[in-house]
Amino acid sequence: MREVAVIGIGITKFGELWETGFREMGMQAGLAAVQDAKLTAEEIDALYVGNMSAGRFIEQEHVAALIADYSGMARDHIPATRVEAAGASGGLAIRQAYLAIASGQHDIVVVGGAEKMTDISDTISNEIQSSAADQQWECVFGATFPALHAMIARRHMFQYGTTREQIASVAVKNHKHGALNPNAQFQKEIEMGTVLKSGMVADPLGVFDCAPNSDGAAAVVLCSMDKARKYTDAPVKVLASAQASDSLALHSRADICTFEATRVAADRAFAQAKLERKDIQLAEVHDNFTISELLAVEDMGFFPKGQAGKATMDGQTTIGAKLAVNTSGGLKARGDPIGATGVAQIVELVQQLRGTAGRRQVDGAKYALAQNVGGTGATAVVHILGVA
Amino acid sequence: MTTARFWRDNQTRYNLMATRCGNCGKVTFPPRNVCPVCHRKSMGKMKRFQLNGEGEVYSFTVVHEAPSAFEMQKPYVLAMIRMDEGVMLTAQLIDVEAADVKIGMKVKATIRKIGEEGPGGIIHYGYKFTPF
Ligand SMILES: [Zn+2]
Repeated sequence: MREVAVIGIGITKFGELWETGFREMGMQAGLAAVQDAKLTAEEIDALYVGNMSAGRFIEQEHVAALIADYSGMARDHIPATRVEAAGASGGLAIRQAYLAIASGQHDIVVVGGAEKMTDISDTISNEIQSSAADQQWECVFGATFPALHAMIARRHMFQYGTTREQIASVAVKNHKHGALNPNAQFQKEIEMGTVLKSGMVADPLGVFDCAPNSDGAAAVVLCSMDKARKYTDAPVKVLASAQASDSLALHSRADICTFEATRVAADRAFAQAKLERKDIQLAEVHDNFTISELLAVEDMGFFPKGQAGKATMDGQTTIGAKLAVNTSGGLKARGDPIGATGVAQIVELVQQLRGTAGRRQVDGAKYALAQNVGGTGATAVVHILGVA
Repeated sequence: MTTARFWRDNQTRYNLMATRCGNCGKVTFPPRNVCPVCHRKSMGKMKRFQLNGEGEVYSFTVVHEAPSAFEMQKPYVLAMIRMDEGVMLTAQLIDVEAADVKIGMKVKATIRKIGEEGPGGIIHYGYKFTPF
């Protein structure tokens, strides 16, 4: 297998982008990434697009060809492929591109991720997100995506003594980071009381425990390591790409306080990268709900099971600590345009590893990790990146 | 959910039908054709049987923001229930105040209307759980 590098990144602002359509967002992010890599269109071998549900959000399927078309790449008839794994669509698209290059099939691949979620009502948008869970055996009985995560939170509190305040501290910390990110949907710090007093969605989780509905797109350019230096003096190396799956329904797991798919994908990734947990200085993790971030950092072995709540509240995952988690603001504050999220995570890691993350820069960042989750942990994708 | 998609699983929803692997004994709900533990060795050995309908609350939530099909029911208690046979399932808890629900609480299944399709649409029936 060949080594792979990231040589270009691009991202739109995340939020309710009323004046920008799906294809424009995809084009903006894609072109920014291609420009960042100083590529010409002729040099691109293939396009992968992470997208969860354009068919239901904007009634448009076949979006990979659409984005290839609108970003001016279609004249070369490049292969354009959409990748779907609910919330993990973006991370999985990155992984498909990584595999295509590592295998020797392609040299330069553009990966886009995009979702347009705010053209429809919040209720419908939430129902579409819930379709990442088991429609036949969870949703039909009244389960929603927040409700399933609320049951994880309640069980985590019961099993490990995690407190409501510790869970809420994830939102406080991620808004603090988001305030330093000019592309974030929310760029305002919030108080603990705001999270605790926010309207109830699914007890114990309130509005401020849930990532918002967002529009947005992100893109990266991947390239074989041997060619990367032709385009950039600062390639970022993909040290590991790993993926794992689990039962679709949460109730089919022996223990809902651990996402086995995350644990397994992380183990595979650390083995491939030949790194220890302590080597990682920053991680973008899938905080679609506050509780999800606690599971993520526990399941990947950064904290013992049941300790992440206290660690987060103590500031052990805030920028400036040994491990900074969700420096971008995470899904909670940066926003969560589903298909774009996994790609946006990689954009953040690359900015940090290049040392261009501005006010949220992690000093001396050398190794960074991204964890992207689909559904309630039925898919997990973990990437580890490093300074080349 | 379309009527056909719902109808296909009615026997399981009404009767809480599960499967037991004839090779390793693992119980699965809803029924499966292949055991998730022993895979090919279980082929043709998955035996259907009816759960006894009793279990205990493993975790729960109160749903305040509901999908449109459940708009009329909110807020409602949703739980994951560990059945006596060891499998878990997701269902609503009824005939109980949200504040009285506890992890470990004993509950049993009852057949109720669980949802309605579209305005004036078809009524779906299935299991909900009550304390006992
Ligand atoms: Zn078996």
